[in-house]
Amino acid sequence: MITGKILRISGPVIIARDMKGSKMYDVVKVGGEALRGEIIRLEGEDAVIQVYEDTTGLTIGEPVQNTEQPLSVELGPGLLSSIYDGVQRPLPVLREKSGDFIARGIYAPGLDLEKKWEFVPVAKKGDKVIEGDILGTVQEFHFVHRIIVPHGVSGTVTEIGAGSFKVEDTVCTLDQEIRLSMMQVWPVRIPRPHKKKLDPILPLITGQRVFDCIFPVTKGGTAMIPGGFGTGKTVSEQTLAKWSDTQIVVYIGCGERGNEMTDVLAEFPELVDPRTGLPLIERTILIANTSNMPVAAREASIYTGITIAEYFRDMGYDVALMADSTSRWGEALREVSGRLEEMPGEEGYPAYLATRLSAFYERAGRVICMGSVDRNGSVTVVGAVSPPGGDFSEPITQNTLRVVGTFWALDTNLAYRRHFPSVNWIKSYSLYLDSIGDWYVKNVARDWRELREKTMYLLQKEVELQEIVQLVGPDALPESEKAILDVTRMIREDFLQQSAYSDSDSFCPVEKQYLMLKVIMEYYENVNVAMGRGVALRQIQALPLKTGIGRMKEVQDTKELQTLIDDIGSRMRALEVER
Amino acid sequence: MKQVPLITREYRTIDYVSGPLIFVNNVKGASYGEIVKIRLHDGEERTGQVLDISDEHAVIQVYEGTRGIDTDVTTVRFLGEPARINVSPDMLGRVFTGVGKARDGRPDIIPEAVLDIAGMPINPTARDKPADFIQTGMSAIDGLDTLVRGQKLPIFSGAGLPASKLAAQIARQAKVLGEGEQFAVVFVAMGITHKEASFFMRDFERTGALDRVVFFMNLADDPTVERLAAPRCGLTVAEFLAFTHNLHVLVILTDMINYCEALREISTAREEVPGRRGYPGYMYTDLSTIYERAGRLKGRSGSITQIPILTMPDDDITHPVPDLTGYITEGQIVLSRDLFRRGADPPVDALPCLSRLMNLGIGTGKTREDHRGVADQLYASYAYGRDLRRLVAIVGEEALTDLDKQYLKFAERFEKEFITQGDDDRSIEKTLAIAWDLFSILPEDELKRIKREFIKKYHPAYAGILEG
Repeated sequence: MITGKILRISGPVIIARDMKGSKMYDVVKVGGEALRGEIIRLEGEDAVIQVYEDTTGLTIGEPVQNTEQPLSVELGPGLLSSIYDGVQRPLPVLREKSGDFIARGIYAPGLDLEKKWEFVPVAKKGDKVIEGDILGTVQEFHFVHRIIVPHGVSGTVTEIGAGSFKVEDTVCTLDQEIRLSMMQVWPVRIPRPHKKKLDPILPLITGQRVFDCIFPVTKGGTAMIPGGFGTGKTVSEQTLAKWSDTQIVVYIGCGERGNEMTDVLAEFPELVDPRTGLPLIERTILIANTSNMPVAAREASIYTGITIAEYFRDMGYDVALMADSTSRWGEALREVSGRLEEMPGEEGYPAYLATRLSAFYERAGRVICMGSVDRNGSVTVVGAVSPPGGDFSEPITQNTLRVVGTFWALDTNLAYRRHFPSVNWIKSYSLYLDSIGDWYVKNVARDWRELREKTMYLLQKEVELQEIVQLVGPDALPESEKAILDVTRMIREDFLQQSAYSDSDSFCPVEKQYLMLKVIMEYYENVNVAMGRGVALRQIQALPLKTGIGRMKEVQDTKELQTLIDDIGSRMRALEVER
Repeated sequence: MKQVPLITREYRTIDYVSGPLIFVNNVKGASYGEIVKIRLHDGEERTGQVLDISDEHAVIQVYEGTRGIDTDVTTVRFLGEPARINVSPDMLGRVFTGVGKARDGRPDIIPEAVLDIAGMPINPTARDKPADFIQTGMSAIDGLDTLVRGQKLPIFSGAGLPASKLAAQIARQAKVLGEGEQFAVVFVAMGITHKEASFFMRDFERTGALDRVVFFMNLADDPTVERLAAPRCGLTVAEFLAFTHNLHVLVILTDMINYCEALREISTAREEVPGRRGYPGYMYTDLSTIYERAGRLKGRSGSITQIPILTMPDDDITHPVPDLTGYITEGQIVLSRDLFRRGADPPVDALPCLSRLMNLGIGTGKTREDHRGVADQLYASYAYGRDLRRLVAIVGEEALTDLDKQYLKFAERFEKEFITQGDDDRSIEKTLAIAWDLFSILPEDELKRIKREFIKKYHPAYAGILEG
């Protein structure tokens, strides 16, 4: 056991002497209270340690003990519906131990070690199993938790149990000597292995029109949501956590507000998944490291979250991971780097910021899981970014942009006028349009892509026209262009805007999304035809169609939208040219 | 925490003094964050706190400033405990310095408890969801950005704008409908002028609330470093009153910009790598340890609601202090110079304002069913009207369509009738009634944000039909 003593204390960073033999990222226990920390630099016999708890009260000379283990998480039944801090301490257990405020030096295992789970074997005696193979299953709520052979283990099943077990009990023995329990331990900073990465070809359906229809992200893809304060990053992340069509959601509240986590905790048990009808909390794992909790644990929270996500991916499930906000994680890096007196890169961030960010986002992906039978699983990562002053040129936004596939730029001006989600349609993009085209053709409609391009064209045109209007006033525009402004207003207000709090509209099925867009485009086509016949725009505007289009969001039966399309056609055709 | 040692350790090894910091050599057994007493040559005693320690020296920030400290005879005594404050319900009606010493010439309080001012983070699972609508009587807040009990809602002001008046009016009028008052106010002044401080004092006196207020006063000519302790002392008392004595506590912190300046001063003296505009990189974390000390706890009836006030330098909302604040707090109320000049009172610029917890405090059973829709509609219509103003400046009003002219009128009357209210204390019904009155300017088809059934129920155009 390597034991050194404290030499220097500066905020969350301490230096310990006589730590010879320590390795980078070893977990250490600091001082009499055994505060957990992690070695982040070695200088001769001195180790620089970031401490996951408040260091107030530590004294020079107190002992530092190296556990010689890397920072790891416990994986197994019992993860679902849990709420952890950044280093996988279950917050409800901490509350039992220290009351409403989090005291220091408390330790609690990530999984409930006493709870018994019903283990149903899948592998049989005599089966030859390798890493990633399914040994058995455990029913966790309505979810089938697959117990898989851990990394680096293979052999012939010589004994396999069935019935009630605690997570640490042996459920299976390989080659009469390797005992396997339902729990695995995995170091958070190392990606869990997989056989092969696949191209992302399936969209992640979120029920949000601007995401699904306009700027889609794929299962196994990556997306970022940058935006100044008040633009709705957190609401967007929460909406995605609620409605994404994955079996598992990992939600990381990284350096954000305490009340927001309370909100999720209070709301998710009551909300049901529109696809399965089950409470959302049953498929969710929350990691809450609020802004006032120790900064080093915030740095770790992102890794804790993605390791848990990968664990469920390895079972062959689709997982969505929401990280709110990666900027706070970057700031934690910066704070620790500053205490280490490292040479700063841009805006005081360490030079390795870009490497860390891209390494994190690359842990997303759709993969073939380990095991003798091929299973597909995916981890989708959606990271919120909080650029200072809403300025996207700052390092975290720029470095993230280089690695993500979908960019949802939130816009302060849209938020000011309560256009939510405040995704700016000019700045945002998705690189996945080509790869998921097939899926849309097969499952939604042939002309989805065409419709989308047309919408984008009109919105782009609107920007140009608005510039002219700003200079010379709306009267100077020709009728055909006034018609475009009419239609783009519909696109913005009746399609892109979607309230996360509305009962009828917070989740919009893809078929309805498509039809809503179809209605507006059909309207535009008909306006063009009518105006070609010589009908005046004024006449068209006088038609009682806008109310119907404006109330599309409240419509539940998609047949009504079909009727609306017919109605638009017949009324427009009936217009007579005024002489 | 360590036991207080029997032998006090006193050092006369101050190596050098830099700004608000002193560096003491060869300190043995000091702990991080502990409090020290510094005795000057003339016997004066000051308080400091350890910021950084190594086996060579300890870095100490001195709350009362370093003037008069020398490297020869000044002694430093380590107390072996973190910064604490004596608390008691008797603090109500009293005035203290930024570090919690009596400032009103009356005797020290008899403590009911002695608490660490740094506090501990609230376990997110112990938090209770803020839910009670606080009626501030201000339409701009109640109608558009509702304040909820347990929320932290800052006021972003500019130099010369009446933020104090607004804060005082909120403190005076705030009430939860249908409840007896068990409230207290903790008022923390950081580096504000005597004039501002006495404005608040007089206002509390006038309304008879003075004996429900705990003051922590660090005025503009008081030591800078004390400002770092003042909000923490205030919030420790607030937590004590809220969670031990079940009071609803409103905490007013003014002015946060002065707090951040003090933080920067310390950071610079420590020669740390600066972040944006010279503020330290950890300012977000530091501010969050103040702002996050608001909220409610499960199973306890008290609550802490925070209204920090900060002056945006040059009215710049992207300045690091308002920026980081906005990222931590649950919304913001923004004052505008433009509206101030137009005579709006309070000059609240509705567009950048936000209350993140609004939805928890409004709707059926809390305010009224149509509240959400009304607020959204007011925002959308006012934003459009404001856009048109810019257009009018270029092309003139004649170039506008009739509809656009109605919007222009809407924006005008919105500022004059809805936002502006002077010293009125408006009920939420009054606020909503004014809003519906304004909606009657616009064609009904334009009211897309409000459900049809509510339009039928509340729109003035239908009022006659119902009665008739």
